[in-house]
Amino acid sequence: MRLLRMKPGHGEIVIAEGDVDVPEQEQELIDAFRAQLEAGMWAAVPTTRPGGRREAELVRSFGEVPREADRVIFFPRAAGG
Amino acid sequence: MLLALSACVVVVVALLWEVIAPQLAVWRARRKAGRRRIGNQVVEYDPGRERRAEQRARNLVQSCVNDEEWAMYRDLGFLRVWGRCARGPGDGDGENRRGAPYAYLIYPHKPIVAFVPQTGQLLSEYCVEFPDLDRPYGSARLPDSDDVLAKWMALTGDERRLIATANMHLPGRQVDPVAVRRDLWRLGRWEQARIQREQTDAGSVSA
Repeated sequence: MRLLRMKPGHGEIVIAEGDVDVPEQEQELIDAFRAQLEAGMWAAVPTTRPGGRREAELVRSFGEVPREADRVIFFPRAAGG
Repeated sequence: MLLALSACVVVVVALLWEVIAPQLAVWRARRKAGRRRIGNQVVEYDPGRERRAEQRARNLVQSCVNDEEWAMYRDLGFLRVWGRCARGPGDGDGENRRGAPYAYLIYPHKPIVAFVPQTGQLLSEYCVEFPDLDRPYGSARLPDSDDVLAKWMALTGDERRLIATANMHLPGRQVDPVAVRRDLWRLGRWEQARIQREQTDAGSVSA
């Protein structure tokens, strides 16, 4: 699983990468995930529904991320424009 | 005589100070601003940075949306997302696209526009931003395609949350309604051409 973050002037960057089945790597992912949420980011997991429809799932904790997800994308939280 | 001369000098100095002091303040402020660093680091000018960032963002969009949506964004410059909240023919699950009661157009760095797919009637604008307060290169603005993807993820992931966060306005506040109607017309033409192309491809394969 890779944790990506959108960044102005750069595009996405990889924040952390690891195997959720390896406890040490999972803990690193959890720590990085938590740090992003504390920095005010929203987290989304791109998914594919049956029939090929794509959508995203907004998650509020690492526990909500599907185990089989290959990436989580962080982006700045929305604000009224 | 000396006293009078001294008084004159004092008056002249005071008047000159009144004139010069504001200009000095401006000059000092300019000097200070010129020395200020962004985020405690000097950002070197890189003319290709934004272009590379946008290219990365486009690749990320392509990897997240389906082929039809990617082609729509590539060809037309916006994405359409079907609404899911209102109860109607689509009954909120978004699966029945033909019957979706409303939909959104997502433009980069512009408000999200809600409309009725069956009639093309514009419903409202939702002004929303995703400012990165870290300002890594001096700007809080995401690349265009990252902004579109952020809106797409937020709408498909939690439509109510995004709409509740946005500022709602009547159509025409920031996005030109004429331009939106033209985009809806372009979208219709684009979809017709795509369907015809797919039918032609299917026909040639079966033949």
